[in-house]
Amino acid sequence: MSPFMKHHLFWPLCVLAALLLFNLCYSPDFFSITIHDGHLYGSLIDILNFGAPLILVAIGMTLVVATKGIDLSVGSIVAISGAIACLRISSGADQNSMGLILGSVLLAVLLSLVLGAWNGLLVSGAGIQPIIATLILMVAGRGIAQLITGGQIITVTSSNYAYIGSGSLAALPFSIFVVALVLMIALLLTRRTALGLFIESVGCNPAASSMSGIRAHWVILSVYVFCGVCAGIAGLLLSSNVSSADGNNAGLWYELDAILAVVIGGTSLNGGRFYLTGTVIGALIIQTLTTTIYMIGVPPEITLVVKAFVVLAVCLIQSDAFRAAIAARWKSRHYPAEKEMGRHVS
Amino acid sequence: MSTQMPILQMTGIHKRFPGVKALTDVKLRLYPGEVHALMGENGAGKSTLIKVLTGVYSIDEGLVEMDGTPVSIHSPQDSQAAGISTVYQEVNLCPNLSVAENIFIGREPRRFGCIQWKEMNLRAAELLTERMNLHIDVTLPLHSYSVAVQQLVAIARALNISAKVLILDEPTSSLDQNEVDQLFRIMRKLQQEGLSILFVTHFLDQMYEISDRVTILRGGELVGEYMAKELSRLDLVLKMIGKELHLLEELPVLAAEDQHSLGDELIRAEGLGRKGGIEPFDLSIRKGEVVGLAGLLGSGRTEAARLFFGADKPDFGQVTLPASGGGVHSPREAIGRRIAFCSENRKTEGIIGDLTVRENIILALQAKDGMFRTISRKRQEELAGEYIRMLNINPPSPDQLIKNLSGGNQQKVLLARWLLTEPQLFILDEPTRGIDIGAKAEIQKLVLTLSRQGMSFLFISSELEEVLRVSDRIAILRDRRKVKEISEKDMSQQQIMQAIAGG
Repeated sequence: MSPFMKHHLFWPLCVLAALLLFNLCYSPDFFSITIHDGHLYGSLIDILNFGAPLILVAIGMTLVVATKGIDLSVGSIVAISGAIACLRISSGADQNSMGLILGSVLLAVLLSLVLGAWNGLLVSGAGIQPIIATLILMVAGRGIAQLITGGQIITVTSSNYAYIGSGSLAALPFSIFVVALVLMIALLLTRRTALGLFIESVGCNPAASSMSGIRAHWVILSVYVFCGVCAGIAGLLLSSNVSSADGNNAGLWYELDAILAVVIGGTSLNGGRFYLTGTVIGALIIQTLTTTIYMIGVPPEITLVVKAFVVLAVCLIQSDAFRAAIAARWKSRHYPAEKEMGRHVS
Repeated sequence: MSTQMPILQMTGIHKRFPGVKALTDVKLRLYPGEVHALMGENGAGKSTLIKVLTGVYSIDEGLVEMDGTPVSIHSPQDSQAAGISTVYQEVNLCPNLSVAENIFIGREPRRFGCIQWKEMNLRAAELLTERMNLHIDVTLPLHSYSVAVQQLVAIARALNISAKVLILDEPTSSLDQNEVDQLFRIMRKLQQEGLSILFVTHFLDQMYEISDRVTILRGGELVGEYMAKELSRLDLVLKMIGKELHLLEELPVLAAEDQHSLGDELIRAEGLGRKGGIEPFDLSIRKGEVVGLAGLLGSGRTEAARLFFGADKPDFGQVTLPASGGGVHSPREAIGRRIAFCSENRKTEGIIGDLTVRENIILALQAKDGMFRTISRKRQEELAGEYIRMLNINPPSPDQLIKNLSGGNQQKVLLARWLLTEPQLFILDEPTRGIDIGAKAEIQKLVLTLSRQGMSFLFISSELEEVLRVSDRIAILRDRRKVKEISEKDMSQQQIMQAIAGG
């Protein structure tokens, strides 16, 4: 294998390229981008725009997974954050007031930070297994979101708030800039400071890390906090995009898509090495897949089945063992007798 | 013996890993009813050869024959089916299950799909009494027994899989002398029953005590196969380490060098103790002094060291540093006071397996500096390169994953990690366990050199010779209590043995 093929982004990029190519063949104008009123329109832009919340959640999830943890509560945090922001804005006298919107956004982010810290404390302080610890908030969080919205869908009529999730900056969706900013912060924190090394070290071997003087508890707490904040921002994007908050359905099953994106991106659930850019590509693959399925008109009742098969294929392509098995089969396909001989020789 | 057919014969075995030739044209013959030792330095290829034989790794090239018929081994199941059973260094059983369950797991006696518990317990007890001379309650969980008993249970399990060849991978490394004797009695019994045993060990004495023949590997190649009786100790060592004999010869000279002057008191433990670990003791270490801790396994050596580093919370007493006036309550605080600790559990408390050698080396320094004072990539490479050269770490590539290194080289990386933090006190808990003679001598030399430059050491080792060689003063522990302190002038193996044995 060439060093090029060994790069951790090789297979995710291949899959993404294959999906895009399929779309291009299916509908030739898939790549076309047009400009209306200074906004760019097109399927690719849509993928980036609609994929933004998932990318955000997946970035946070990557760091949690790197510490050998998992955060199931992100979907609920998405719902809570959107609900609290929309509730505050909808109760304001002037829903377009900048002060009110900034205050609401800040409140939602702070709340998700607290929720992330709750997860982190359960995991690192109380020593509960991550899957159980975050399951608590996954279940309870849906309830909290519904309490906030009073079981209704809260709608807001605020063009300023809607800008976050559906506005444009320099002809591109504003959400892309939000994602880019969070990704930059994550990359800077993990690759320009030693935090990335500490996270990987704690994920590989927490006991040895503590003995080397790393504050393993703090590292674990901080990744859950970061993950919570990412989910909170994703909740703002989602609710602002549709100008409403739905405690029941906002961010439903996001945790699973996010975990999938992390794994497709090359980060192992066993902790240790993590790849933020891989995760972003993984999330884009999932979003492209969803878009594709809608576009080619798969009947809604089998959408999930089709998605599952594609995901299965993606995972198999990425598995070294599977590729090796296929390659071995391919090599020996013309010489069945050689296999027979091999049994006696070695 | 040579007229007999070998039961197991491996010829022309090759195994490559990316960038490393682990085995080159290696041969191994095992005759029925013999104990055959496999020896060599770390990185000689012993573990690889065993993993190849047990199907953990696949063979690149070569032939394995059992009873004269070629067998192909691609998985541990193939290996078991061929009659090869293995007991690994770290006991690979389930500590929470009962002894009987551990022996029969996967092959429980069943009737109509239900496990017959009575039958299973009965048969387990029978197996242990008959073949192991071990009379224990087989319904208790495995973890309620000592490591030695666990080892015997592992062997019983291996034998129960109708084995013709038994591989024991360093079975004695965590056993005390009595337990070793017990194990050897059983090995002799099994040998008489016609079983062939492949015995991997680092201990020369044990090799001579039990083995008929010995195969020696070096650098992934076969050095030769010898009758144990006809091979002198010096020859054995020479064949194992090759040309590096001068390292061993240099040591006594260094140790016998003039008494170096010791500085002021650096650290003091007063009434330091922990329930179930070690009874309260006093110990002080001066600047530039090497204090040895001697005692049998389980005498409280490690427990004492962990208290010095703050890794465990003491129930009594405290550690103080008179010069700075502070104490030690946690590893972080210890590191802040420039104390370093190399744990005896290299795998679980030392290396970060999936990170590179470079990252492992700078880890403690980076943790000490904090996350925002990042060591630049360039500086990391400089530091790693410097220490790889200084400590002779092999392979000398900083971007290799540490888990791919041999035990001795992993240990050197850990030493580098701590030396980088410039400690004033370096606690070494079994720094040379499970590593080859060459690396051992290098580590001992390093301790002597650094102590002359003013670094203090707390040095723990099961090997008395080693403790004697490096220490200025030796504290002796027995049954979790400090019983004696001996200073250099009246140190002798005799003296210390008496103190350790008590009476």
